[in-house]
Amino acid sequence: MSGRARARLLPWAPALTIACLLGPVVAGLAGVVAPAFGWYPALGGTEWSLAPWAALADWPGLRTAMRLSVVTALAATAISFGATVLICAAWHGTRTFRAIERLLSPLLSVPHAAAALGLAFLIAPSGWVARAVSPWATGWERPPDVLILGDPWGLSLIAGLVAKEVPFLLLMTLAAMGQIPVRRSVLTAETQGYGRATAWIKTVLPRVYPQIRLPVFAVLAFSASVVDVALILGPTTPAPLAVQVLDWLGDPDLSLRFRAAAGAVLQLALVLACLGAWWAGERIAARVGRAWIWSGGRGRGEPVLKVLSGAAAALSASAVLVGLAGLALWSFAGFWAFPDALPETLSLRTWERQGGGLLERAGVTAGIAIAATAISLLLVLACLEAEERHGIRPGTRALWLLYVPLIVPQATFVTGLQTLAVATGTGGTLAAVVAAHAVFVLPYVFLSLADPFRAWDGRMGLVAASLGAGPDRILWRVRLPMLLRPVLTAAAVGIAVSVGQYLPTLLIGLGRVSTLTTEAVALSSGGDRRLIGLYALAQTALPFAGFALAIAVPNAVFRNRRAMQEAG
Amino acid sequence: MKSGLEMEGVTIALEGTALISVTARVPPGEILTVMGPSGSGKSTLLSYVVGAPLPAFDARGAVRLGGRDLSGLGPCARGIGLIFQDDLLFPHMSVGANLAFGLPPTIRGRGRRREAVAAALEDASLAGYARRDPATLSGGQRARVALMRTLLSAPAALLLDEPFSRLDAALRETVRRFTFDTIRDRGLPAVLVTHDAEDARAAGGPVIDPFGQPMDPG
Repeated sequence: MSGRARARLLPWAPALTIACLLGPVVAGLAGVVAPAFGWYPALGGTEWSLAPWAALADWPGLRTAMRLSVVTALAATAISFGATVLICAAWHGTRTFRAIERLLSPLLSVPHAAAALGLAFLIAPSGWVARAVSPWATGWERPPDVLILGDPWGLSLIAGLVAKEVPFLLLMTLAAMGQIPVRRSVLTAETQGYGRATAWIKTVLPRVYPQIRLPVFAVLAFSASVVDVALILGPTTPAPLAVQVLDWLGDPDLSLRFRAAAGAVLQLALVLACLGAWWAGERIAARVGRAWIWSGGRGRGEPVLKVLSGAAAALSASAVLVGLAGLALWSFAGFWAFPDALPETLSLRTWERQGGGLLERAGVTAGIAIAATAISLLLVLACLEAEERHGIRPGTRALWLLYVPLIVPQATFVTGLQTLAVATGTGGTLAAVVAAHAVFVLPYVFLSLADPFRAWDGRMGLVAASLGAGPDRILWRVRLPMLLRPVLTAAAVGIAVSVGQYLPTLLIGLGRVSTLTTEAVALSSGGDRRLIGLYALAQTALPFAGFALAIAVPNAVFRNRRAMQEAG
Repeated sequence: MKSGLEMEGVTIALEGTALISVTARVPPGEILTVMGPSGSGKSTLLSYVVGAPLPAFDARGAVRLGGRDLSGLGPCARGIGLIFQDDLLFPHMSVGANLAFGLPPTIRGRGRRREAVAAALEDASLAGYARRDPATLSGGQRARVALMRTLLSAPAALLLDEPFSRLDAALRETVRRFTFDTIRDRGLPAVLVTHDAEDARAAGGPVIDPFGQPMDPG
């Protein structure tokens, strides 16, 4: 493309990006609302009717499925948010907190499904926890017959979600805290006799919360409609609504697709209801909080709080990391009987036997992730550069647009997209899966890159221009090289998001595109722990490699440039 | 044709409050000093002259260089060099690459470009520093590299924005003399913005306040 053509196209980048984000959501919603009201010509539905809703209402598990979705979402979000607040309040500015910060990246790079599989291995009746205390403490010679995974209350599902969402909310809170004089605020309150944690909650949290509100909403919407984690840890009879919708979509009886569409629309309504409930909770919490601030309470029981929140952080981090270690061990395990804590022998047999299929799926997974991330990165950079050159600055409301694909549940609009993909004949192609992934990768790439891109010292650009450099030369020779680290970090985030995608891969790929994630989730219902371990490990290794490269490449490129080394 | 840098009726206002009002002609080799307290908006004058967008401000007036009207040209087409208080060397490039970045593409061939960079380093008493990481240089060395980088781009005028305020007292004197001598040797018209009377005296040219009134730096 010539420079001039590029210059003409650049101002259109923001509009194009918004179209890429909202187009699929709107199309997907249309593609699901129509069948929910009987319109599905390919299946003979040519008249509008309420029959799909009647069919949905007739399904006996409906009330339980709805309850499960709502309770899981509200509980997982409230616990994750509460833990995040307490960890920050009790531990900010300490050595422990820096250790927590360092743990965030590895924890975030673990895909949801892998974390859930790891947790499942820990807490299952035949899992590591039971093995660790058997038989000497429990007397169990065989795995006890208790329902832990898939418990009817969804407790293990909630635990699995919390373990993954706490690191995410912590990261968002840390970013928000960077813009607030936290140390001074807390110190000022401390000199007036407030406890450290109380000081943080009273002076910092009210300023942090508005900035992490959209991420909290995203966590809530995700938890209400999650499929992969629910398939691994959630109850089955009935399952949460989103899982049930997927079940109906995959049923050979095509007439069930009408009911699935109605269920998917109901799923959206549930998410909106959860958001409404949270919004009401915010109002109440704000009122209570103001009264608490007015009361002047200096904080009691802070040592207890510190211990509790520290334990919560340690527990949720180790649940993910130890669970993964267990899975890794399983993939190399020879004979490993209950209740032995460690396998009797180690072998490479699983890797040798399954290595071929694993490599092929890893290739597909990486290819999709790299393509979706490249598209997203290109659009995001074009948007940010258009902002720079043409002054097209998004308002605060534009930030909401980024969150639309993260808040409208996948189980709703991706279901509709599948209908469209089938109708247009694009379903099952890699290109369609890449496009679907990009819808979810793009917001995270944008959120990750926008702040560092905007924070770049504009005088550098002015100096370069006064030395005779045009805008393209400034971008490629000065700005992007200087921003290499955040650009690669954003790319690693994008790859991690893409690798973790389950529902879009399955629905848009029509089951024909097999990635590490779809395979890991599919294996979870079987009992082959060695194979599950293999896939969960590979699924984690891919994003981890991305983050490792995002650190290693700039370090290597800039090894002789002290000012470009990572601070700290 | 008039030579030098001319500012005619350059006024800059922020929300109706006038910050700058200057009409002046700077002949080649002369340094015009604009003096005012920090925060008085005098840096925006330089941004305007160099052609940087000033979206929040209401700015107008003609800028001419060697008789040529510069209005409508961006910073990369004006041929005006800019020096800030921070040296703003590109941190990802070596000292030599920083200098080569400023060198016009009309100087062709690897060998000739290397020679030009080496000669500039020699002028700044930094011979052999081409491969160095800018972050390993002292403040005074970095300031000199920044000046040489600007000069290598063959500007027809120079703007200096508090260029010495980050340097400690001992260094300031030497860097200042080096900068001003180089400007006079090369016969460049220059505008210096500063709040430091010492700078203004050393510049040796006329001194005005942001509203164009002559000042005595004392």
